[in-house]
Amino acid sequence: MFDINGKSALITGGSRGLGRALALRLSAGGAKVALVARHQKELEETVKEIRKNGGIAYGIVADVGDKESVYPIVGQAAALTGQVDILINNASTLGPVPLRLIPDTDCEDFERALQVNTVGPFRLIKAVAGSMVLRQTGVIVNISSDAAVEPYPSWGVYGASKAALDHLTRIAALELADTSVRLFSVDPGEMNTRMHADAMPDADPDTLPPPDAVAEKIVMMIRQSGGIATGTRLIASDWRSYESSARSS
Amino acid sequence: MKAARAPRDDKTNVRLLVVKGDEIEDSSMERLPDHLRSGDLLVVNDAATLPASLRGLDGGNNQVEIRLTTQLDERVWQAAVFGAGDWRTPTEERPSPPSFGKGDEILIASNFRARVRGDNQLSERLLDLEFNLSGEELWRSLYQYGKPVQYSYMDDELKLWSVQNVYGGRPWAVEMPSAGHAFNWRLLLKLIRKGVRIVPLTHGAGLSSTGDARIDWELPLAEKFEIPAATMEAVRQTRASGGRVIAVGTSVVRALESADLGLSGFTTLKIAPGYERKIVSGLLTGTHDVSESHYQLLRAFLPEYILAGVSQRLEERDYLTHEFGDLCLILPTA
Repeated sequence: MFDINGKSALITGGSRGLGRALALRLSAGGAKVALVARHQKELEETVKEIRKNGGIAYGIVADVGDKESVYPIVGQAAALTGQVDILINNASTLGPVPLRLIPDTDCEDFERALQVNTVGPFRLIKAVAGSMVLRQTGVIVNISSDAAVEPYPSWGVYGASKAALDHLTRIAALELADTSVRLFSVDPGEMNTRMHADAMPDADPDTLPPPDAVAEKIVMMIRQSGGIATGTRLIASDWRSYESSARSS
Repeated sequence: MKAARAPRDDKTNVRLLVVKGDEIEDSSMERLPDHLRSGDLLVVNDAATLPASLRGLDGGNNQVEIRLTTQLDERVWQAAVFGAGDWRTPTEERPSPPSFGKGDEILIASNFRARVRGDNQLSERLLDLEFNLSGEELWRSLYQYGKPVQYSYMDDELKLWSVQNVYGGRPWAVEMPSAGHAFNWRLLLKLIRKGVRIVPLTHGAGLSSTGDARIDWELPLAEKFEIPAATMEAVRQTRASGGRVIAVGTSVVRALESADLGLSGFTTLKIAPGYERKIVSGLLTGTHDVSESHYQLLRAFLPEYILAGVSQRLEERDYLTHEFGDLCLILPTA
């Protein structure tokens, strides 16, 4: 069991949606959380809420798609909460909405999606994994999507960047297989978030699970990460069945 | 020695001079695993490097540069303060800062100021500064306005990227713990697979030069350090089993030997000729000039005649010096 109590967690895209829900859940479990987001106001509101609940939280205003942000992000997080034990690469961009077919997508929009969804996580992994290796502890969760696996029309930019993130996770996990650092990608499934509404404005939000229900499963995965093969791509909605099969094997 | 004037993109071409007793061998960092053995313990300084140079204006609108040295309290840092100019001018040629009195302020940005709490008897350049911000606001501002400390031998302005070791954690160092700069993932994993244990401590490596002879004579100043219990246990086990404890950088020597003396939190220990090391048996370090404080520490590892031979070899074979320079591995003979 990976005990999250007292651990330092860095969560990108932490001000709203799944990132916010993960921050609240991890904080409730005793983790100190550093949240990264571009918009200060939303970030401050989330930090305030966690502190009101008695948690330790800090906000870092930064864009994970900007190369120059990576060490300011990791440095501030480590200075305020201690060396990062849990990294959750959750920040994502869909690209322009309404979503576009690949031939209608501007090159710059694809590049931006890659910077935020793939290269940003890559940089943060580079920046935190070394310290994790030496301290022999660390969990890195990259938030993926079923669009990384299923070729949905008009989801090309997002899907391709998430597919690359999945494969980056698998390769980095293999490279660090001799260490105590564990990497996973997690498909959170559909959730009632602003991103989902942006992507699928006609969907009925009442039919979607709240981000907190998904966050609960992901935090459970983190706690039980020692029993999961590093590099695994996990599906949040299947978590109970995976957990059962892992235990029975 | 010639300075390395830029970060090294290819770590594998960093050269390594291996010194074992009076044997001196030219090697490379890529071959480091050949010089170590299973059961050796490498202790590294995992302090990340803070952008510790801040520019500001005094009350008379005079430009100053603040180079943070050590965090003393939530809002208070000790700092070396310079007058006009920047890293392109050698520190010893930089003008002194304007005269500061207690309570004087340095304006760094409209919402970011430092107030002089007191000066140091050592030099008017050395001040205790209290920032108007604390916690996340202070750290945000340090990263927003700070730049890496650097010196005039560099070709270009350094990015924060360039001054981080691959295993950096908390930003306690105001200059990169430079003996670690030549490690990459491939090398670290190769060492681990060979059975070399690598463990961290955190030591707030301070400034290596201030240009003020009175301060530089006293370097290193007091520095913050912390050694995890697991690292102390690994040191104990290694020594008990007859293994070698090899410090990666002089800051690691200072921290480990300080802990052995019962110091914690901060150290003022100076390791100089004649110092009897109790913990550290080997050292991976930069190539240091005789004038540097780090060189004095080397005298606790090697007799003068061997150090002279090392210096001669480094010069003759064009080894590079300073933070991105080549390295020396000093191993015990046994």
